[in-house]
Formats: sequence, structure tokens, C-alpha cells
Amino acid sequence: MIWNTLTYTGWGRVRSATAQVARPERTSSLAALQAETAAPAIGMCRSYGDSCLNDGGHAVDMTRMDRLLGFDPDTGILEVEAGARIGDIARRFAPDGWLPSVMPGTGFATVGGCIAHDVHGKNHHGAGSFGQHVVEISLMNGGKLQKVSPSKGVKLFRATIGGMGQTGVIVSAKLQLLPCKGDIMTVTERRIENLEHFLEALDASKSTYTVGWIDATAQGEALGRGILEEAETGYGLVPDAKPSRAVPFNAPRWALATPVVRFFNAAYFRRVPERGRTSVKPITEFFFPLDKLLEWNRLYGKRGFHQFQCVVPVSEAAVLRLMLDKIGSAGLASPLAVLKRMGSGRAGLMSFPMEGYTLAIDFPNRAGAEALIAELEEITEKAGGRVYMAKDATLDPSHLTKMYPDVTKFAKLVSSIDPDGQYETDQTRRLNIRSHA
Amino acid sequence: MTETWIILGATSSMARAFARAVSKNGDQVILAGRDIPDLEASASDCALQGAPIAEAIQFDAREAATFAPIIERASELEGMINVAVFVGSMPSQDQIDTDPSLIAGTVTDNYAGPATFLQLVASTMEERGGGTVVGVGSVAGDRGRIGNYVYGSAKAGFHTYLSGLRNRLTRSGGHVVTVKPGFVDTAMTWGIEGMFLVATPDKIAADILKAVEKRKDVIYTPGFWRLIMGIITAIPERVFKKLSV
Repeated sequence: MIWNTLTYTGWGRVRSATAQVARPERTSSLAALQAETAAPAIGMCRSYGDSCLNDGGHAVDMTRMDRLLGFDPDTGILEVEAGARIGDIARRFAPDGWLPSVMPGTGFATVGGCIAHDVHGKNHHGAGSFGQHVVEISLMNGGKLQKVSPSKGVKLFRATIGGMGQTGVIVSAKLQLLPCKGDIMTVTERRIENLEHFLEALDASKSTYTVGWIDATAQGEALGRGILEEAETGYGLVPDAKPSRAVPFNAPRWALATPVVRFFNAAYFRRVPERGRTSVKPITEFFFPLDKLLEWNRLYGKRGFHQFQCVVPVSEAAVLRLMLDKIGSAGLASPLAVLKRMGSGRAGLMSFPMEGYTLAIDFPNRAGAEALIAELEEITEKAGGRVYMAKDATLDPSHLTKMYPDVTKFAKLVSSIDPDGQYETDQTRRLNIRSHA
Repeated sequence: MTETWIILGATSSMARAFARAVSKNGDQVILAGRDIPDLEASASDCALQGAPIAEAIQFDAREAATFAPIIERASELEGMINVAVFVGSMPSQDQIDTDPSLIAGTVTDNYAGPATFLQLVASTMEERGGGTVVGVGSVAGDRGRIGNYVYGSAKAGFHTYLSGLRNRLTRSGGHVVTVKPGFVDTAMTWGIEGMFLVATPDKIAADILKAVEKRKDVIYTPGFWRLIMGIITAIPERVFKKLSV
């Protein structure tokens, strides 16, 4: 059985798709099925919206192609199949002094997905985006395998990074790993009283890894309060990461009712002592805090949730206040809200990052959520920012050109290599990306 | 002590998971199968997971000439020789009903081929005074059912062979683990209807490794299949013959 009819969702579980899914285990079987029916690749489906969905179409699940193909300890270049998970790579190589240069917030993301969304991590201000550390990509288009890199086929290379699978199936890649001291993190947490202080603290942070948690229910003087986490890799001995646990069922609606979230956030804020604290943790606990709780998306109940993530230029930081105001008064916020300083690093035509501040926040899929997100998207566009495709399920196509000025170039290239639109997904159709060609 | 695992049918996802697990333990692996480029990718993975030696080598259950070179290569390495048999094939009963000549190949892939290989390697294992054989059979081998009794009977033959081999190797310090997996989420079962309680290849590999360490004789994996098969084998034949389970 090559094609299996499956109904699946992105991580947010709001949108779903029923598609014919194949799950090849070898390059030869992938080539055979791509030659017959070209279809977009999917991985662990950790993108939140519809970028992994292809309703009524085909998709290729790459999770079984997850092998390490080669590592050069002199250069730190790792060749790996696209279905390998970032957390597994980190766990394998950190004890030897190497880490993936960029790691997203979940270790379950695959290498292919990280490339296709040009993901960023807590070190974006220094290290840039994931794609900037990709040395070479083996790309399959139709049944044909080709290697692209910054020195060979650079146009296709830059369209593949952040290209949401539109240029073909990423089969494997060579990644430049980053030297690290060891497999533990020294983490300093500090309370931050409001948004102004937060932006100052983020700007002033000298740490390699910096991330801010925001209490999105706080309003007035406390608007934008939260906790700043700064971390460095280190060596030493800490207890192993605790075994993960799973959320056993869909949570009821009241679990994330406004008073519950408000109470939780206040407690979470006070968890860190007033004078701050420094602790050591296993790397995976710092980078992938939520991975300990398998299937945590069930906490949002069976209706699922949206994650809104935007980046706005430094000069437009004031709109963050406007956004947090709207979010706070809408009463839809969840405990998950993150603020980070971004550098300018990006590697692809459709990459998300820009120099500025990025805000990510979850909203349970309730009445008013999509309308609120639409408002936030509007504000983002006016501020010259953009929203992140890896999270998006709602963006209006009219915002696309301004947020992603290279979309025309991208669409032209993609349409030339995939004229029949076989690699299209629910997201690219919704955003009408090919119409820009 | 150094251990080498010869893994037959190493391209299968269960074998891959097992090879990765023993590599993490620092064992050497010889990956035997038909798709050499694919096996070489797995060998690279095993080496990076911790195997001091990881090699790909040609093996075809239907080509007995491919057997000896594998055993020769393993014999060059020091320490215990272990063999894990993941090779097998499962044409549907419908295909076999239309073309009974498929039976011979099914029996070779699931029983005659691996048994011949094990017979050839057994004396070397005895000389080295130990070693483990892991033979992957199937719950389908516990009772003939209308849905796949040719595959089931080949696996049943293999189970019986393994039991005899266990009887033999135990005298020289060796050991044989018979593994009976239930439904496993592999390329072979992808998209087949009516699968339930499906286990991941990683779970099966972990169970096998535990059984090897504890020197278990026969395991069902996941473990609850022992109960299910206990019930199925307890049904009297005069009732069972009318069922379609």
C-alpha cells in the first residue's frame, strides 16, 4: 500500500486535511513514487496552521527517512536525512560538543521542516536563521534528485529555504553544526515589570540564547510584564531530563478560561524570585520546554488553537503595545506568549525573520479569535512587519506582497519548476501564492 | 566484550530500529539485505549512533550463494557473533490464491532462507561459545487463519526451527530469542485496513533488546499479544474453522 488515506491536522488542530499519504523509507521508493505522483513533503506536522496540509491531494510523510548520513568532526558538518528530528540531533551531538546551529521551540521538528520554514531559535539575534547554516540540500523534484547550495543552484537553494515545500521534496541536507561547551544550559531568569523594560532588556542582552515569556493577560502599568530567560551552553552534571508525559485527553473549555489563565500567568510570573535566579538544566529542557508534555495541543480542547506570530521592525516597537492591549482586552490570551529580539538573518526568499521584535501568542479557537488575529495581521502589515508561515492558518492573501516582497520572484521560480502545482498545499492555495508568478 | 550483530533483512523498519538500538550500545553491525545504497545509509547512521564497525553487505534469502560471504566477514571480527533475522515477505492471501507458485518464495523468505543461513553460522557460534540469535516470527504463525495462512505457516515453520536451534545452541552457551510481533507500523502494513493496537518499530526494537538482555526464549511484542494469541489458540478447531478472525 503506497498511498494511505489519512485525515490529519497541523499542530494547532484548527484546520484539517484528508489526503493520500505515502511514507517512503528509502530514497529509491521516494524517487519511484515522486516520478509517478509528485506531492509535497510533510514531517512531524509541527507547523501550526495549514502549511503541512493538502486536502484532497497527496502528501509524502518523510518521518521514516531520519538517518544520520555523515559527520565531519573537523568541520562540524552533518549530513542527515530530512525526516530526522532536531531534538534527536541535539541529544546525539551535544555530549560531543556540537549542536544544531539553530533550534526551533520543539525538538520534534524535522530537518526538512526547519529548512522549509527557515525556522529561527532563541539565538536568532546572533546566529540568524536555520537556513543560514544549511550547506547543501538534496532536493527531489519529480523523480529527479539534485543538490543545491549557495555555490550551485543558488536561486533554487534560496527558494527552497523557507519555500514551504514548493520546490520539491527535501531528501537530505548538510548542516553546519555549532560548537558548544556541553549538554547542559546555564539559565538566568529575571522578572521584567513591563513592556518598555522588556524591550530594553532584550536589546541589552549579551547572551547567546535569549527569550522572553510574556503575561499577555496583564494590562495597564503591568502590560508586557514577563520573564526574561538568558542562557549559555555549559558542561557539568545535571540529572537527566525527566521522562515525558502525555496529555491524555482533550481539555474542557474552562481549562483555559480567562480567570484560569490570569491566575496561572500571575503564579508563573512569581515563580521566579524578585531578584531573579540562575539554574542549570539539560539542554533539551531549555530549548524544548513543552516537549516534556506530549500532545500538549490537547490542552486547547478539541477545537484547537491558533498561534499568531509576527515580527515588526525595531522602529515600530510601539505597535507591540497596541497589540498587547487588544489581546488583553479581548480576553482570549493563553499562557503561551513569547517576545524575542530578532536579528536581520534570513536565508530564503520567503523567510520570516527581519531585524526587529517578534511576538508569538496562542489563542484558543473561540469566537472572536480569528477576528482578533485579522486585526493583529493588519497592524503587522501597516508596521512593515510580517507574519510567520509556520504558524499561519488565517492570513488574508492581500497582505502577502507587502509582508513578503520577494513573493513574485518566488512564485515565478516555483511555477517554472512545478507548472502543474503538484507541490501546492492548503496554505499556498489559500494565500494564492502562484498567482504572483 | 565485543559483540557483532549480523542483521538479515536490514532494510526493514524494525531491523533499522534494532540496528540503531544495538549501535547505541556500542555493538558492531553487519547490515545484510538487497538494497545496498540504502543499507549504506543505514550503516552510516549506525556508525554515528555508536557502532565501532557498521557495514552493508548483500543478502538475498532466495540466493544461498550470498550467505557464506556474510558469515566469513563476521568471522573476521573478534568476539561474539549474534544474528537477528528480520527478513520476510507477506504476499496477500488473495495473490497466493490466484498464483499458488508464490508459496515457494514466501516459504523461502520467511523460513527456508533464514534457516539455511542460521544453520551455516551455528557452528561458528558454537566455536565461540555463545552468541544470540533473534528470530522475528509473527503472531500469524501461532494459528492458521483464512486471511494469511501461507505466510502464517511459513512463520510457524520458522518458530519451530528456532525452538530446535535454541535447544542446540544453549549447550554451547548460546541463546535464541523467538520474537512474535503483533501489528507493527511498517511499510509492509502502511495503509492496510483493519490494523489495531499498532506498535512502532522503535517499541519492538526496545522489547527485543530487553528480551536479549534477559535471555527470554519467546516474546510477544507488544506484550499483550501473548494474551490475545492465548485466547485465539485456545479456541477449539471445530469452532475456529468457522471463524474469520
